[in-house]
Amino acid sequence: MPQSPITESKPAASPAPFTVAGRTLTSRLVVGTGKYADNETMRSALDASGAEVITVAVRRERLINDKGESLLDAIDLSRYTILPNTAGCFSAEDAVRVSRLGRELLEQLGNPGASWVKLEVLGDKKTLLPDPVGTLEACEQLVADGFQVLCYSSDDPISAQRIKDAGAAAVMPAGSPIGSGQGILNPANIVLILELLKDADPDYPVIVDAGVGTASDVTIAMELGADAVLLNTGIAHAKDPIAMARAMRRACLAGYDAYHAGRIAKRKYATASSPWEGVVSYIPGE
Amino acid sequence: MELTVNGKPESHPDALTVEQLLTTLDLAGKPCAVEVNKQLIRKPNHNAHTLADGDTVEIVTFVGGG
Repeated sequence: MPQSPITESKPAASPAPFTVAGRTLTSRLVVGTGKYADNETMRSALDASGAEVITVAVRRERLINDKGESLLDAIDLSRYTILPNTAGCFSAEDAVRVSRLGRELLEQLGNPGASWVKLEVLGDKKTLLPDPVGTLEACEQLVADGFQVLCYSSDDPISAQRIKDAGAAAVMPAGSPIGSGQGILNPANIVLILELLKDADPDYPVIVDAGVGTASDVTIAMELGADAVLLNTGIAHAKDPIAMARAMRRACLAGYDAYHAGRIAKRKYATASSPWEGVVSYIPGE
Repeated sequence: MELTVNGKPESHPDALTVEQLLTTLDLAGKPCAVEVNKQLIRKPNHNAHTLADGDTVEIVTFVGGG
């Protein structure tokens, strides 16, 4: 892979750690492990992203991929918290089954993600949009079963609130449909979700999940005040996944800093950056 | 005994436990989670759980995903 000509004179400042499901994380980027051309590229991209939490899927054992490699052999289980997803589940019942299978695997592996699940209950294979009723049912059952549920949601603020009320450890609204690369389609709704869920509970984690196409999408999500961003395809299917992973990491830091720095208000008209006092020119209308 | 393992029919001459089935598949000792008729059989119980004729078994692991 070509190396970026850009070198950092010093590491970017780390954002404040945040806590999700009882675990304190420094990186505010969570990345997936799907769709990579090969495990070596995946490993390098995960490293370049700076992520501490990575998502995986639960599937029937085929022992090995077509190159003879197993995912579990390719990732450093001591480095990453594994967040198993319920991708491919279209009912609460199946999502609960898959969550329990994932927990069983992570307990065997001794990984700290063992009680975690990225809950997805999908409504439709074409859009992969969440089924809000099935999501809520599954979330309630999994919380009762002791899971820390990081719950994929639409960007509907009321759905997000219901999921939080059901006991989810984090709500993860979609920026746009999974893998679509459309970015944050409804930033106003993301802002409403952040306001609703963080009202009197400012540390409640809201993670924008799905739809990220490029680095600026991550920045936008973070500038809105999201705690973190979860993405997969935007890195895995970039022409150079390792360079894109690095870009996503920097974009996340940029958005975090910009949000906390406090952006200026948008105004209808210009405001000059140079003083009017002492101008030597003719000014129209004066 | 007829089983369905990961969606495929399998015949076994004798009754066997989950642990024995995993051994026939060269999966003993490897990280994998097992469901029998949609019920999780936790690893400590693999040896004690005897499969019955007609059981549907799912054996899963992790793959790349988002």
